[in-house]
Amino acid sequence: MGYFAPRSIEEALQILARNTVTVVAGGTDIFPAQTGKLPKNDLLDLTKIKSLAEIERVEGGLRIGAGVRWSDLLRADLPPSFNGLKSAASKVGALQVQNAGTIGGNLCNASPAADGVPALLVLDAEVELASGKGQRHLPLSDFITGVRKTALGPDEIMTAIHIPEPPENSVGSFLKHGSRTHLVISIAMTSALVWQDSHGRVAGARIAVGSCSPVAQRLPALEDMLLGLPVSQINNLAIKDTHLAPLSPISDLRGSAEYRISIAKVLCQRALILAVNGEATDG
Amino acid sequence: MVNPITEDLVRFELNGDTVSVSPTDGERLSDTLRNRLDKRDVKSGCDAGDCGACTVLVDGSPICSCMVPAQRVEGQKVETLAGLVQDDSHAKALAQSFQDHGAAQCGFCTPGMMVSAVALLRDTPKPSIAEVETALGGVLCRCTGYRKISDAVVGVSEITSPALSGEVGDAIRRLDGQEKVEGSEAFGDDIAPADTLVLHIIRSPYPHASFKFGDLEEFVAQHDGVEAVLTVADIKGENCFGVIPSFADQPVFAETEARFRGEAVAAVISTSDTMQRFDVGSFPIEWTELPSVLDVSDALKKDAPQLHADRNGNVMCGGFVTCGDPDAALEGAEVTVEGRYQSGFVEHAYLEPEAGFARMNNGRVEVFACTQAPVMDLEGLEIILGMDRRDIRVIPTAVGGGFGSKLDISVQPYLALGALKTGKPVRITYSRSESMQSTTKRHPSDIKLKIGADRSGRIKGFRFDGDFNTGAYASWGPTVANRVPVHASGPYRIADYHAQTTAVHTHCPPSGAFRGFGVPQAAIAQETLFDELAEKLGIDPLEFRAINSLENGVPTVCGQVFDQGVGIKACLEALRPGWETAKTECAAFNKNAKSTGNPLRRGTGIAAGWYGCGNTSLPNPSTIKAGLRADGAPVLHQGAMDIGQGANTVISQIFATALGCPVSQLELIGPDTDVTPDAGKTSASRQTYVSGAAARLSGLAMRAKILKLCNASDKAEIAFAAGQIHVADADETHVIDLHQMHTDDEGYVLRSEETYDPPTEPLDENGQGIPYAQFGYAAHIVTVEVDTELGTVKAVKCVAAHDVGKAINPLLVEGQVQGGIAQGLGMALMEEYLPGRTENLHDYLIPTFGDIPEIETLIIEEPDAHGPYGAKGLGEHVLIPTTPAILNAIHNACGCRIRAIPATPDRVLSALKGCSDDV
Repeated sequence: MGYFAPRSIEEALQILARNTVTVVAGGTDIFPAQTGKLPKNDLLDLTKIKSLAEIERVEGGLRIGAGVRWSDLLRADLPPSFNGLKSAASKVGALQVQNAGTIGGNLCNASPAADGVPALLVLDAEVELASGKGQRHLPLSDFITGVRKTALGPDEIMTAIHIPEPPENSVGSFLKHGSRTHLVISIAMTSALVWQDSHGRVAGARIAVGSCSPVAQRLPALEDMLLGLPVSQINNLAIKDTHLAPLSPISDLRGSAEYRISIAKVLCQRALILAVNGEATDG
Repeated sequence: MVNPITEDLVRFELNGDTVSVSPTDGERLSDTLRNRLDKRDVKSGCDAGDCGACTVLVDGSPICSCMVPAQRVEGQKVETLAGLVQDDSHAKALAQSFQDHGAAQCGFCTPGMMVSAVALLRDTPKPSIAEVETALGGVLCRCTGYRKISDAVVGVSEITSPALSGEVGDAIRRLDGQEKVEGSEAFGDDIAPADTLVLHIIRSPYPHASFKFGDLEEFVAQHDGVEAVLTVADIKGENCFGVIPSFADQPVFAETEARFRGEAVAAVISTSDTMQRFDVGSFPIEWTELPSVLDVSDALKKDAPQLHADRNGNVMCGGFVTCGDPDAALEGAEVTVEGRYQSGFVEHAYLEPEAGFARMNNGRVEVFACTQAPVMDLEGLEIILGMDRRDIRVIPTAVGGGFGSKLDISVQPYLALGALKTGKPVRITYSRSESMQSTTKRHPSDIKLKIGADRSGRIKGFRFDGDFNTGAYASWGPTVANRVPVHASGPYRIADYHAQTTAVHTHCPPSGAFRGFGVPQAAIAQETLFDELAEKLGIDPLEFRAINSLENGVPTVCGQVFDQGVGIKACLEALRPGWETAKTECAAFNKNAKSTGNPLRRGTGIAAGWYGCGNTSLPNPSTIKAGLRADGAPVLHQGAMDIGQGANTVISQIFATALGCPVSQLELIGPDTDVTPDAGKTSASRQTYVSGAAARLSGLAMRAKILKLCNASDKAEIAFAAGQIHVADADETHVIDLHQMHTDDEGYVLRSEETYDPPTEPLDENGQGIPYAQFGYAAHIVTVEVDTELGTVKAVKCVAAHDVGKAINPLLVEGQVQGGIAQGLGMALMEEYLPGRTENLHDYLIPTFGDIPEIETLIIEEPDAHGPYGAKGLGEHVLIPTTPAILNAIHNACGCRIRAIPATPDRVLSALKGCSDDV
């Protein structure tokens, strides 16, 4: 057994290149998934790399270090466009998980129920991946490729999430729906980002749904339908099955496929209302 | 420069001290703290971040130490409860407040709760309830229902500990609370020295499978650190145990076939370092999966695989009660209703997984483990080990919740066999999934019920048929089969009654005892169908129940007539004001919601229940011993297992009251089969009643002996002093010098030992007789809010009326009520154990902070002639009305009837779409 705790990305990448290791950040997915008392592989712990834990404004947007914890994100001073992401951060597990779990870990773990994904999808997030060969950026929607599958190469480490400058006056929202208050894996969740023009019409909207497909999905048809709509009409939105075409929910012990589709509509509507009015019942 | 590997030594600050430790690479911080640094105040409940019991502060921030590699805290500051209560002012205040509010029951979650609360109070000295719920939301509690924990944190700065002597009726703190709030309470895994050998059980991965071992001797020889393997070959007695001797059928180790997923077939004993790295796949065993039956309907099919050769058709046993002519009554009834009701396995989900430790001591084997029934454990071990019982000692540890499942043997035989085989101390702790796979569950039920009534609302005919999935082995299945027909009427007068049950074996974990022994499942059918009947008759649900409720002098369905102590009417009457308020508030809320397009609807529901305390028509004695030491200390041998409910406190209060001294003067000796007589099992809501009655007799006997020493009258007051007793009688005070008296071999100058056994009589072939000496009664109102678009149900208020005869300790009564309601709510809305699928605490959901509504407890005291000072049992009664009250409330809110629990959002929404009522 071995345990590596490098202080820099370069060091981490060298270790990764030369060893069979499991990369661990917060540990909130790795340890629960472990069947024995000890991890099967050596651990490469990224939490001592300071640069991974920073949130910084960069040209064209925001750079969130992959090692930023949910509770760091909750404390960060961010504009209303990030309300959805912050709300998601507050719904990950419970405080103990938020104090350890990281945003990058959530994405690399690639659970269909990852709380961070819908809110990052509506922010058009990109991930920054580093390897010995250099850096590359991928849209989040291309990074997560399936249930527990990502485009992360065996020699790569996720170093950051880039969020382009959100549209002016955009407001985000997030709703998580589960069977109890805390420590719950969602049955479905939605995140919305909406901005209005000066006439009270939807100038743009993005909406994403999680836990209803192998990878959380944006709903382009619904986004298109919203364009130009007076925001007052969002209360009476008729969301149709065709709007939810990208979703392909399964039936599991948390809910049936039919149920998920049915509540996805409700949650989309409520997330949109929340983004527009700041009012909605919590899922 | 690449660091190949971190240094072996990890240095950090632990509770103010700098420590150095060498954990295995990747070891969980919780394991390092517990096993290498002896911080046993850090509890391990799940190893998955699901329960929060292992919460510690790392650089001030609460995290689950089970999800942190120990190496990570190098150079950081780690604080645990044991350190915080020494040095931190918030922790010190919380320790007092938790005790004053009754916020710790079993105490296993308490370190996680208090550590999380310290972090909150450092930031927010006067938090709101909502802030507490968010900050503590990551810690699960199964005993309290959370409300008293929030109250303790919110009320941390307003400590008012009233000065009470602790006589019967005083709401004193628990006597064992200090250990719980400072983290020194020693549970099953907190006893063994760090270098003790560790035992790991090899379990069946299939519901039904045959198996063959490879070369076990070679396995031991080839694995460094492996000391021994245990199999059936190591059992010198019988490879069989069971809580009901005539049904005993469960092997310690399956011999050729395993009958459920998780059944033990062998065990490996090794050093702890070896066990850390042990790969179960390396154990030489070959499995062949066999066809299995997992539910009652499959198990009853003609060609179904048979679980036990002597139980034809997989039917284990049945139960039956009848009176009058139910069919004729139903025929003649003006209104009838019927329905089918189903429920699944429910997991006890106590926060403490089964754990223990055993050692050899002068040729005797000593077993330390969490249990609800130490003497039954001893009797079971006697048979399994084939040893004289004088050579076995069972010393229970503190118990981190039991709720019925820790009545059965779990770790005990493996530990004893391991200590006998190796001659060395051996320990084991079940992982959460082992605990869930292998221990008993609440029986799944499939119930058909038909009830009739006349136009005036009087019940005319009741026909109940229930199938119960009893799993692979008997456990308490026969008890469930017998109890249900006696209780399925609810606390009502039903003259024409039929209730029949069948317990059916399947290849599932054994169903056993779980708070209520099947009665909660029966009550779901009966109490929700009562609402349908009342609705059809146009009678208010509370009124309907009041019309039919039992009274003194009115026979039960078993023909038992109580001439005193029937308290159901008093419970229902106490709920009337709350019921009217709840109905009015729901109507107003819904009117407003409909007019504003709000999809939320509120509804309120009522349900009642009763429960017979003690064994059904069987002997059920408790013995309580006490001694007076020459130094003047009265010592109470308190053998009633305290599993969090408060027996240590209640039994002491009863004894002290009978003896006539403040409870603070008592010294307690706990359960230990060498020194404390059998106070029976903590089961059947019997400890306050039965052991309490024995404690009262013992206290009175001790008092009589003292009074006789100086010929004082019954009215005399006794005071214990150093080496003396002062007896103040009328106008004279006698001083008894204890040093002048003969001291026996236990060091006592006076002793008392009294036994109480409830007066019951056998039931005849129609279930007629005297099943219990007393029943306790209960009725609940629950108000819920249903999100009609999502199917989510949230309980918003509960009013609970409980006839406890006499509240020995009202604070503990409230604790039982709130905790029971939380379990009833879980069963109603979210809990279903699916073998192989929900074997952890993130797929198997129990209520968290924020799921439990405000609970108003109305204590009704309709004294019982048999109970000590009139007291009745309470523990199980509590969750009987909760689930049906919630289901009735859901109907009241939105018109749909849920007949299969849990009422998950999916099921509720689907029921909503299927019902035509205008919501």
